[in-house]
Amino acid sequence: MLDVSIEIISIISFILGAFFILTGSIGLIRLPDVFSRIHAAGMIDTAGASFIILGMILQSGFSLITAKLVFIGIFIFFTSPITGHVTANLARKKGVIPVGKTKGKTL
Amino acid sequence: MINAKSVTLFIVLFGFWLLMSGYYTPLILSLGVISCILCVYLTIKGKFLDNETLPIYFFPRLIQYTLWLIKEILKSNIQTAKVIIMKSEEPELFSVKASQKTNEGKVTYANSITLTPGTVTTQIKNDIFEVHALTKDFGDDVRSSDMDKMVTWLEKSK
Repeated sequence: MLDVSIEIISIISFILGAFFILTGSIGLIRLPDVFSRIHAAGMIDTAGASFIILGMILQSGFSLITAKLVFIGIFIFFTSPITGHVTANLARKKGVIPVGKTKGKTL
Repeated sequence: MINAKSVTLFIVLFGFWLLMSGYYTPLILSLGVISCILCVYLTIKGKFLDNETLPIYFFPRLIQYTLWLIKEILKSNIQTAKVIIMKSEEPELFSVKASQKTNEGKVTYANSITLTPGTVTTQIKNDIFEVHALTKDFGDDVRSSDMDKMVTWLEKSK
């Protein structure tokens, strides 16, 4: 009984991860400029990757592999905002004009 | 030389080493201890070991902050997916003021903003953050400064 429910939860988590990665990929193509596309990439990095890793943890059972998978997740969480910030910062510094309105004073 | 920071760094490094290795024989373990001690020694010698490298005073409140951040990330992931499917994006760029005093607090705040899908920190100058948001709702979330208060609370845990 427990095995079956763990299996079902892990399959649901894989499906959710696949959904978020697919939506993020569609967003990468569909959104208008580089700044908006970073949001879609961020969605793949956070929700997509974490749901896939959660599904893999449930599949692997409790062992050293579980801890390694958790660490992969933690590293993605630490590195993903850095890449997003560097991309956005460089685009701003090179003078890319963002689509949409600018509110108040910006740097 | 042996203080709370270097001991914490050693425990973190050696715990990570144990997890990655998977072999627990005396020879391999002693090699691991030696390499971790060497790493800690080089970190102290290079004067990298300060509050920015290892903000240990964050630790007591870190678990509660992480759980809160995961909840926020899940919420804004669902919102971002909705925006992408409904094609209802209206991007905006604005500035907010960060109330953190220390560098590590500001880094935590900027990274938390970027980690939440729908908002990205584009530039930082002293305590002014320039943020790009996917819709007006995401912008209002940042402007309401809930996350700012949460990071300041995390920063003041000593």
